[in-house]
Amino acid sequence: MKQLLIVISMFFCGMVSAQSKYDAAMARGLEQFKTAKTADDMSAASAFFERVADAEKDKWLPYYYAAYTNHLVGWMNPKADKDKVAEKSKDLIAKAEVIEHNNSEIFCLRQMVAIQQMTVDPMARWQTYGSEGTRALESTTKADPNNPRIYFLNGQTLMNTPEAFGGGKAVAKKLFEKSLELYKIFQPASPFHPNWGKEEAEKLLAQCQ
Amino acid sequence: MFYQIEMKMKNLLILLITIVSAGMVNAQIKVAGTVKDNRGHWVIGASIQVKGSYDGGVSDSTGHFSFKTFEKGVQVITVSNVGYKTAEQNVTIGSDALEMAFVIKEEISELKAVTVTAGSFEAGDKKRAATVLSSLDVVTTGGANADISAVVKTLPGAQQVGEQEGLFVRGGAGYETKQFIDGTMVNNPYFSSVPDLAQRGRFSPFLFKGTVFSTGGYSALYGQALSSALILESVDVPERSEASASISPIFLGAGLQEVAKDKKSSWGMQYNYTNVAAYFALVPQSIDYFKVPEYHAADANFRIKTKKSGIIKYYTTFSTNQLGIRRPNIDDPSLKNAFALQNTNWYQNLSWRENIGNGWKMNLGLSYSTDKNTISNEIQNQNNQHIVSGLVWIDSTNFNLKTRGDLSQIKAVFDKRLSGISVIRFGGEYQYSYNRSQYNTYNALLPDHFKALFSEADLYITNDLAAKVGARFEQSSLISKTNIAPRLSLAYKTGQGGQMSIAFGTFYQKPENTYLYATTRFGYTKATHYIINYIKNTTLQTFRVEAFYKKYDDLVKTYPAFNNSGSGYAKGIELYWRDKKTIQGLDYWISYSYLDTKRDYLNYPQQLQPNFAADHTASLVMKRFVSSWNTGFNFTYSYATGRPYYNIMNKGTGYTIGDQGKTIDYNSLGFSMNYLASLGKAYAVFVASVTNVFNSNQVFGYNYSHDGTRKEAVTPAAPRFIFLGVFLSWGVDRRQDAINNNL
Repeated sequence: MKQLLIVISMFFCGMVSAQSKYDAAMARGLEQFKTAKTADDMSAASAFFERVADAEKDKWLPYYYAAYTNHLVGWMNPKADKDKVAEKSKDLIAKAEVIEHNNSEIFCLRQMVAIQQMTVDPMARWQTYGSEGTRALESTTKADPNNPRIYFLNGQTLMNTPEAFGGGKAVAKKLFEKSLELYKIFQPASPFHPNWGKEEAEKLLAQCQ
Repeated sequence: MFYQIEMKMKNLLILLITIVSAGMVNAQIKVAGTVKDNRGHWVIGASIQVKGSYDGGVSDSTGHFSFKTFEKGVQVITVSNVGYKTAEQNVTIGSDALEMAFVIKEEISELKAVTVTAGSFEAGDKKRAATVLSSLDVVTTGGANADISAVVKTLPGAQQVGEQEGLFVRGGAGYETKQFIDGTMVNNPYFSSVPDLAQRGRFSPFLFKGTVFSTGGYSALYGQALSSALILESVDVPERSEASASISPIFLGAGLQEVAKDKKSSWGMQYNYTNVAAYFALVPQSIDYFKVPEYHAADANFRIKTKKSGIIKYYTTFSTNQLGIRRPNIDDPSLKNAFALQNTNWYQNLSWRENIGNGWKMNLGLSYSTDKNTISNEIQNQNNQHIVSGLVWIDSTNFNLKTRGDLSQIKAVFDKRLSGISVIRFGGEYQYSYNRSQYNTYNALLPDHFKALFSEADLYITNDLAAKVGARFEQSSLISKTNIAPRLSLAYKTGQGGQMSIAFGTFYQKPENTYLYATTRFGYTKATHYIINYIKNTTLQTFRVEAFYKKYDDLVKTYPAFNNSGSGYAKGIELYWRDKKTIQGLDYWISYSYLDTKRDYLNYPQQLQPNFAADHTASLVMKRFVSSWNTGFNFTYSYATGRPYYNIMNKGTGYTIGDQGKTIDYNSLGFSMNYLASLGKAYAVFVASVTNVFNSNQVFGYNYSHDGTRKEAVTPAAPRFIFLGVFLSWGVDRRQDAINNNL
């Protein structure tokens, strides 16, 4: 009886730890991401998410965060070769897409990566990378029009686009307002699902006033 | 009972503690090591992982990594990095720290592989590595007035020739450069020639997404061009529907572009009317225009995406233009030459690009063009009436010429992807050209069935070494001759962004119609190119140096007999530097060409430096867009040393040089400004442009009187050209539709 109980409890412990191992890793990764101060910290967070993803094989969120944090490295390190960063981000996004099809959040990443590449040489690249970004936004809107990040990202892009090309603060303002409306009702599917952008949207909206 | 449970809990607790402490005792084992690539270079940013666990690390800037792991026993360590093949190694993790060395192999990929670039300047963003000019550059080059050829002239290899149209590349005449749109040759890329006045290109830069300017050693897909190929690739389905209008004192235009809701197809049309009467009234010209240049041009297009990511594109343009100019006669200044020209041109191009499965691709091109000219020259007196001078060398310059040139062609290219990214390509083309001319009462007809077969392979031996090997076979019924032209180029990557290329090729071209009208007993003219170059490319900077040697054989001679006994050579070195990095917001490029060339052709008594070749040519192009003003400022400065000129005279005993010299150096500063604004619902671009800002004296050569006693400089019709205009577009931006529907 005693032995059986031990066996059962061990089994149970094993179950719990298998589940919580992933949860703990995600929590650790998100902590690492939130406390990252330098590009190197962010790289380390990205590499950690990537390892979790590679080990898990069937979870898209670690790939999502690996790509998201990798893309942030491109902004945090001013000397980074943004094309190389994007190549890596796109590789991670592709892996996430294999597991999770047609996901609005992943399409948002695609937009962010395209815009990052565009900023290398906006005059020469807006035609290719600008439209790659808009195509991604189209896909993400089709997948889930209630994702607040779509309007935040589009607003952010248009805010930095000259008025003569259809951008400007007035256009961006509407989009930030729409995104904030949606942030009010947005509920992430789990504590690990993407849930960022609200503060940034508020900040940028203030700049549009 | 309670006690029992407590005991069990205690047991469990002990068990748990044991498990946990076992882990503690086992502690983490350090795994450290290095990652190199197959060339022995450190790999930065590679991810090292104990397979199946979360433990691992990243290689640092010296290729080293170090991490700790709880895993035990036989494990697999993987090393992965984008662009490399993942490496795995089995290890047994015991209680000692591990030291490992990894070598990972680069994958051969299009992004990393060298591109064979000797001789070509690629514009557009298809291949980032080779991008030198983007299509936007064409419209923002100061003084170029959105003329593709004018911008290409700021690149190394091209001459600053202002008295006739065409690209004079590396010691080659203008007709040695051919233009290709979506693979097929364009018969009349420029408006019809006017003596001593260069004409613009017919095609708007907005039609093209990419431009490759090849100054030699180009692919076997292209033929009938001894010196250079300008390869233009038209845009696909545009992103947005729009209506546009252009208004300037010189021209008016309106256009419409409609993109289907699903963005799978589009169609468009445009009309432009150009009349320079108002401009000439304001800015005096050195030439008396009795018919002011006037142009009508209409074009239409459609583009359809096919199911298998292919595309069908159609473009057509119809234009007519006329002009009449009167200039003093050089033999007798009391007389005038009245030159009149009327041209009608219709061009159409249909292309179909398709993936046909199994790694096969197809490119099909069809094009048809017809070009009609009515040209006349009349000797007139001071009252602008026709007179007969009685002097044969004057009266013989009266003429009436009617020409018609048609070209129908079909070209098919098939692509098959071999292992990795290597590609084999082959295909054929058929051109039917029909040229008719009536010079005074003399009629001539030149029909030609021209066939070509070609094959070429892009072989990527490694990421660092690539070869392009090809050959081209041609047959012309008109001269009933065949030729086989081999082409070869190699590229070797020397390091980060740097590569060396060499190219070799033979090129054949039919003699120009002017000579074929006299006799068709000609063979092909021939050029052999040898090129070596080095390119260093980073995202925002390009450095390029290229040396070449070109041998001309079988050039056309018109004296003592019409045959192929001409010859010549060209050699030189060229530099190019483009930088968007050093000064924030400033994009500039510098190009320099040194050219040493001589040829014996036409009526040249011996090998001479031709009158279209300068020893040194240089350009500086600068562009700056000031975002806060929504305005771009563009400057282009071009310089060339003087070109030789000759008076080649026939004194009955053959041609000799009666007089020769060198023109003054050529200087030109061009400036343009574009201001972007919103006008109501329209986006507007205001453009102001000035060529030759400093009014520099430009002399392109000299014309001689019959007896050689008088010579006159060939100069531009007006030293400076000023353009003001506004381009409006009302866009229905389909890109925003999906999002706006949710607002």
